[in-house]
Amino acid sequence: MRRILAPYLLVLPGGLWLLLFFVVPMATMLSLSLQEGDIINGYVFTGHWQTYVESIQGYQTQLIRSLVYGAITSLILIVLSFPVAYWIAFYGGRRKPTYLFLILLPFFVSFVLRTISWRMILTDDGVLLHPLKEAGLLPESFHLLGTPVAVIGGLVYNFLPFMVLPIYVALERIDPRVVEAARDLYASPLTAFRRVILPLSLPGVFAGVLMTFVPASSDYVNAELLGGTGTTMIGQVIQSKFLTSSDYPSASALAFTLMTVLLIGVFAYARALGTDDVMKVAAR
Amino acid sequence: MTTTPAIEFVGVRKDYLSHGESVPAVRSLDLAIAQGEFFSLLGPSGCGKTTTMRMVAGFEDPSAGTVFLAGRDVTGVAPNKRDVNMVFQSYALFPHLTVLQNVSFGLERKKVGKDEIRRRVGAMLEIVSLTGMEKRHPREMSGGQQQRVALARALVNEPRALLLDEPLGALDLKLRQQMQVELKRIQREVGITFVYVTHDQGEALTMSDRIAVMNAGLIEQLGTPREIYEKPSTRFVAGFIGTSNLIDGTVGHLDGDVAVLEPAPGERVLVPVRDGIRPGGTLEISVRPEKIDLHRNAPATTGTSLLSGVVTEVVYHGTSTNYTVATSAGADFTVFDQNASNAEDLASRGERVFLTWAPQHSYPIGV
Repeated sequence: MRRILAPYLLVLPGGLWLLLFFVVPMATMLSLSLQEGDIINGYVFTGHWQTYVESIQGYQTQLIRSLVYGAITSLILIVLSFPVAYWIAFYGGRRKPTYLFLILLPFFVSFVLRTISWRMILTDDGVLLHPLKEAGLLPESFHLLGTPVAVIGGLVYNFLPFMVLPIYVALERIDPRVVEAARDLYASPLTAFRRVILPLSLPGVFAGVLMTFVPASSDYVNAELLGGTGTTMIGQVIQSKFLTSSDYPSASALAFTLMTVLLIGVFAYARALGTDDVMKVAAR
Repeated sequence: MTTTPAIEFVGVRKDYLSHGESVPAVRSLDLAIAQGEFFSLLGPSGCGKTTTMRMVAGFEDPSAGTVFLAGRDVTGVAPNKRDVNMVFQSYALFPHLTVLQNVSFGLERKKVGKDEIRRRVGAMLEIVSLTGMEKRHPREMSGGQQQRVALARALVNEPRALLLDEPLGALDLKLRQQMQVELKRIQREVGITFVYVTHDQGEALTMSDRIAVMNAGLIEQLGTPREIYEKPSTRFVAGFIGTSNLIDGTVGHLDGDVAVLEPAPGERVLVPVRDGIRPGGTLEISVRPEKIDLHRNAPATTGTSLLSGVVTEVVYHGTSTNYTVATSAGADFTVFDQNASNAEDLASRGERVFLTWAPQHSYPIGV
């Protein structure tokens, strides 16, 4: 009897936690999104699903922009992280833990603080642009803050470890003898990389994309601190609907829409490039 | 058949840097391996055998000297440009590829035509008895099957030489013995030079045409399995290959064509005379345990060596009984006694026994 109950007892604390702080708020939010009313007279559940249609139509631009920024962020991260992870995995030697620690080091400073620092670096008369403008290399009107470059740059900077680590783990697991076997079977270093190392690292890239695309698309800190009027992301809209205009139904509807879009995206991605299939594709 | 060796080392040395110091892995190597030979590099771990093999494959460059493959100097040539293939200890199969893709990998790199690849891979899978498993992934196969894939993947390229790095190490005893026989059969079938690295003397003795016994970066002895076993040229070889009983002594006198040593009164060790053996000279003699006869009563023979001692250990092995005998000559002797006759003949622990063996079974080391 005890043996049968043990697994359930073990899952109980975590399960309760999830129920209380995840399932209940989700249900509340779903119900909120279908309510009508205002902050003064209160909200009543009416099943008014049109809120969804209205908010999606109203904030289509921000929604699509968020997904595009998320995708660009993930793409840039793959390009930046792969060489770093590759170098640590194959040439890190005994210092591997040190290098990984260095990658994680920025995490010891708050996410918001780090983004504010970027703001100070990128500002028009900051340490980066001021000297360049003085030297006449950039026009006086040139600025970075408020542009998509600054927002995506911030996202890339903040999510870098989430791409480096999974790729590193995948590369680290590759038996060096397998690479030697490829070289032994007449593969040049480039072919060995393309036919063996790259396919075997794809599960890591896959995980890295999941871990960066989802939070980057729903991020609001970077757009808020580094962006401008033309870079508003869906996270900012939801935040302002909740906290500024107290339009709870629209805010909840948008939050749910974002979540649904991301979930569908992730499942479609997993389906199209499931770890096993990734390997089969790469093997061709 | 040409007379050019398949593989040749001339004055090869290999040093590794370890904590800023140069440590020799291979001190000095001059060796020629003939075409079609089954050649084993045998030695304990750290003796330089794997480094030697990796220099043939191209994964290590010699610090000095030259490596030739079929007469061509390949020193410094990249592994993918060498016509040799390797079977790795851990097999190192491509985990993301099927058996078919694994075995085709080398031929595809060599730009062999599709039909030709299909034909050769099919034939090779048949040789290693893996027909029907083309679509499987390595993780879906047993250790023995993975071993065959690794073998097929290398052999299908018809290399000048096949390098095998302790390929049977991960298999259990039964499968290992089966694969030994199979490897030998495959080698005969394809006629390719096999270079086999192992620390298992049994494996080397069973399969090889010739063996190089390595120790501390040098070849201690090079010869056929029989030569290595029967006539070890150094103390190391005598100890490493099988079990040897070693006797140190001074030659008393020569009696016709045998030299006589008298380790103790009434005891004698007879050694066939050869150049370098003279009265008063010291000798180191190796005697194999299975060559020795154990007697419970003093034998009357005079034409054999004779030692006496006390049994300190009796281990019954089914086909034979292994005795450890503390001899008055000093050393502990190991004796393998075939259990051909009745079991009542077993000597027991603490019993005084006599050991005899024919003169030709006393092998003087390094003479």
